[in-house]
Amino acid sequence: MRRILVGIKRVVDYSVRVRVKPDGTGVALDGVKMSINPFDEIALEEALRMKERGEADEVVAMSIGPEEAQQQLRTALAMGADRAILVKSDTAVEPLTAAQVFTAIARAEDARLVLVGKQAIDDDANQTGQMLAALWGRPQATFASKVEVLGEVLRVTREVDAGLETLEIDLPAVVTVDLRLNEPRYVKLPDIMKAKKKPLDVKSFADYGVEPTERLKVTLYVAPATRSKGIMVKSVAELVDVLKKKGLA
Amino acid sequence: MEFALTEEQQLIIQTTRDFVVNELYPHEAEVEESGVLRPELRDAIKAKAIEAGLYAANMPAEVGGAGLDTLTWLLYERELGRANYALHWTCVARPSNILMACTGEQREKYLLPAVRGERSDCMAMTEPGVGSDVRGMKTNARRDGEYFIINGTKHFISHADEADFVILYAATGEEETPRGKKKLITAFIIDKGTPGYTIRPGYKNVSHRGYHNSILEFSDCRVHQSQILGELHQGFEVANDWLGATRLQVAATCLGRAERALEHAKQWAVDRQQFGQQIGKFQGVSFKLADMAMELKAAELLTFEAAWKFDQKLATDMDMAMAKLKATEMLAFVADEAIQIHGGMGLMSDLPLERIWRDARVERIWEGTSEIQRHIISRAMLRPLGG
Repeated sequence: MRRILVGIKRVVDYSVRVRVKPDGTGVALDGVKMSINPFDEIALEEALRMKERGEADEVVAMSIGPEEAQQQLRTALAMGADRAILVKSDTAVEPLTAAQVFTAIARAEDARLVLVGKQAIDDDANQTGQMLAALWGRPQATFASKVEVLGEVLRVTREVDAGLETLEIDLPAVVTVDLRLNEPRYVKLPDIMKAKKKPLDVKSFADYGVEPTERLKVTLYVAPATRSKGIMVKSVAELVDVLKKKGLA
Repeated sequence: MEFALTEEQQLIIQTTRDFVVNELYPHEAEVEESGVLRPELRDAIKAKAIEAGLYAANMPAEVGGAGLDTLTWLLYERELGRANYALHWTCVARPSNILMACTGEQREKYLLPAVRGERSDCMAMTEPGVGSDVRGMKTNARRDGEYFIINGTKHFISHADEADFVILYAATGEEETPRGKKKLITAFIIDKGTPGYTIRPGYKNVSHRGYHNSILEFSDCRVHQSQILGELHQGFEVANDWLGATRLQVAATCLGRAERALEHAKQWAVDRQQFGQQIGKFQGVSFKLADMAMELKAAELLTFEAAWKFDQKLATDMDMAMAKLKATEMLAFVADEAIQIHGGMGLMSDLPLERIWRDARVERIWEGTSEIQRHIISRAMLRPLGG
């Protein structure tokens, strides 16, 4: 069975204007719209395309989070994942914990490929995929903008600072995906109705032999300082003048 | 009472909203300005709508639709209703549920292709001399062996220019009743191109640019009896049995448009500064917003309660009338207030508000005028008392 695992994180929707709680203990989540982390959605889309091209047999969506994360997994099932696993956690999950859980799932499921977003848009850690590859002892390719399956090898085009880099890595492997890899599909209406019948297993950390430990402590959340209002200039010449006056050009 | 939406309903709302925002909004300005929905654009969006399973989602699953219950269908209609009407009605068409009355060959010829998006329908009831008093229609079909000869004129026929066939209502006889003579009405399916059937451009009008009405002329149009939808003389019965909650559909699209107008008004209330503060901090604006939100919610509750009752087979004519009346009048109020909050900017075509305000006008007229709805509501109250 050529199985692809896809990490799905429940995050505040990208369109929400995030507000910090008045006491600075976190971000206000009451009544806030939650969604699949957009990069994870791209990872899922890639997995589904691979399956549709006959390069995989099964796509499993996995998440670590609260009970409500089932909503995001249902969305993943409606998009086309075959089944889903939720590892329940009522506290925020650190990247290392997530990587440990995903490693255990990858081993238990005998995964051929694990696809995750390059980062989640809430904490922007950009660590889970890399840590997972190390713990699992398999190759990794991060920031993928193109992925091709060549038998037992994966050719991955990466977006790096200097441009594009192409790697060939042996499967099983971990790939973290970037924005330009694909454009996720609309969830089809009939598939939404069918998603209810697909299996969604709810598991605990103990099921995967992971004991989450708190290594990071967030002391305070503060909203970024509001920027002072800018000025509009009419022409490039005027812009250069202003910059010169400020000693910037 | 249970008011929570299921996970499926939330997903349907989400995917429909995403489609409307990504695929329909970007083309609104073009359609509004030109008054035309280009066929290439129509076909491109339609293909995506079919791919997403949004096209004909109102139809039952056994014929290829999404098989939604009435409440869920209306949640989908609410999202579509946010966009320009021509775009959502033409590219994400909802074939008339009356096509479910198709039997035998009619299913292959009309029902199934309509659900697949290969052919499209329109419905013709209204005539120049016949509005709310539909029984008074002049268009008639005279039997000639296995055929009917149809003569008459229909007008205000929505999207007949786009449709491949029309479901036409025509008088096929008269019967004596204690209250005098009453016309017998039959529904026919007539293909575009049938000799004697002419489609003429309709009237230019204030609402729904790009979405056209037409005038249909029937002059000795010869139609085989196999084209009858339902039974002879049973035109209204087939409509009552199959047409479904069309008044709630109007209500639901109004909800979406009002929600969009309110979103703009709220944003403007916090972005716009006058006299050193956000205008939303002035009571004149903030009270308007509160009333708009409350009216919208009231209309939503009426509409969704009626939908729920419709599924339970508990809905009365009064429930449907109240929902349609409230939602359409609420939209007029919310659109008008949203413009007032924006001031001059609200009238400019850069924002969708003037469009929503124009489009709101027809909603209180079609699918039964506000007066007809009030008549229905009051009759339902007074009739049991001998009124």
